[in-house]
Amino acid sequence: MAKKLPAINTAQMADISFLLLTFFMMTSAINTEQGIPRRLPPPSEEKTQVDINRRNVFNVMVNFNDEILANGEHVPLSQLTSRAKEFLENPLNNPHLPEKELRLIENMGEFPVSKGVLSLTNDQSTSYNMYVQVQNELQRAVNELRDKVSLQFFGKVYDKLDTTLQKAVQRAVPMNISEAPPQNFGKAE
Amino acid sequence: MARFKKDKKRELAAMGTGSMADIVFMFLFFFMVISNMRETDVRVKLTMPSATEIQKLEKKSLVATIYIGIPKSPNENTLPPGRVSVQLNDQTVKQENLVGDVRDFIAVEKESRNEEDKNRLTFSIKADRDIQMRYINLIKGELRANNALKINYATTKRERGEYAGGKY
Repeated sequence: MAKKLPAINTAQMADISFLLLTFFMMTSAINTEQGIPRRLPPPSEEKTQVDINRRNVFNVMVNFNDEILANGEHVPLSQLTSRAKEFLENPLNNPHLPEKELRLIENMGEFPVSKGVLSLTNDQSTSYNMYVQVQNELQRAVNELRDKVSLQFFGKVYDKLDTTLQKAVQRAVPMNISEAPPQNFGKAE
Repeated sequence: MARFKKDKKRELAAMGTGSMADIVFMFLFFFMVISNMRETDVRVKLTMPSATEIQKLEKKSLVATIYIGIPKSPNENTLPPGRVSVQLNDQTVKQENLVGDVRDFIAVEKESRNEEDKNRLTFSIKADRDIQMRYINLIKGELRANNALKINYATTKRERGEYAGGKY
């Protein structure tokens, strides 16, 4: 007759696994690699002066006091998105708002692409938070326009489209942000 | 109502703890899967700004992080006038070495990736929301000078309409 094996006590197993769990929770960081991606202009020795028609530029300036001046007007942050959208979209073909150029885009046919450029100037003493918020609002304006175009052409929001169609919408609603060298009016902290 | 009187002799049934281990193991695996090891020791205090229009970065291995924030200990190197530190790898940089250190950091990060990944390498700026732009501009200038053009402003997620912090 076979000898009966003694049962292994598993009560401590929970303790051990709790220990491991705590260790992993403490040493790990939940993936937080997210943010607003941007591309810097390539380094160049000589200043390249690109002539852009004044009507095509939306000047956003943030001063040392975190106040926004959009095309010469003091604008609260909450209204920046709608101002930028109005500028980029130019629905009534207003001669003071940017020109449009008919471009052939695959899957979409001819589309009037806005030539508008968002120009961002900040002060050295602007807070980083404000800078990110302004970038965020400008990005939001473009995203909302892309959503609108996607819905109009493909019946889906931009995020739900295939990559090829997303590329097409990107070409139809380009994100043109240019950054001017910072100003220095505020005091260093 | 004698019918509902409790039977005082009855004892509480012992709770089975055998499955506890299984549940905890499940938690453990969950955490192991969703998390990645913290590889650098962050020497600065920072609260990232929040944003609504964020994008997830494609791959953790294609991201090099630059931390800018308030030093945790008074022994750290700071940039003048002394409130803000820039951390590359495991160290805060001295002001006089900043240009060289950033150049070396970029070169090392690029060197450790293969040819294809070099162009996809993103430099993520993790900075405190309350610092002034002068420090960010400084780092951006160095990144640009060293041809590291793909950057990212690290933020946390916020829903549209939520308060962004700061003045507005």
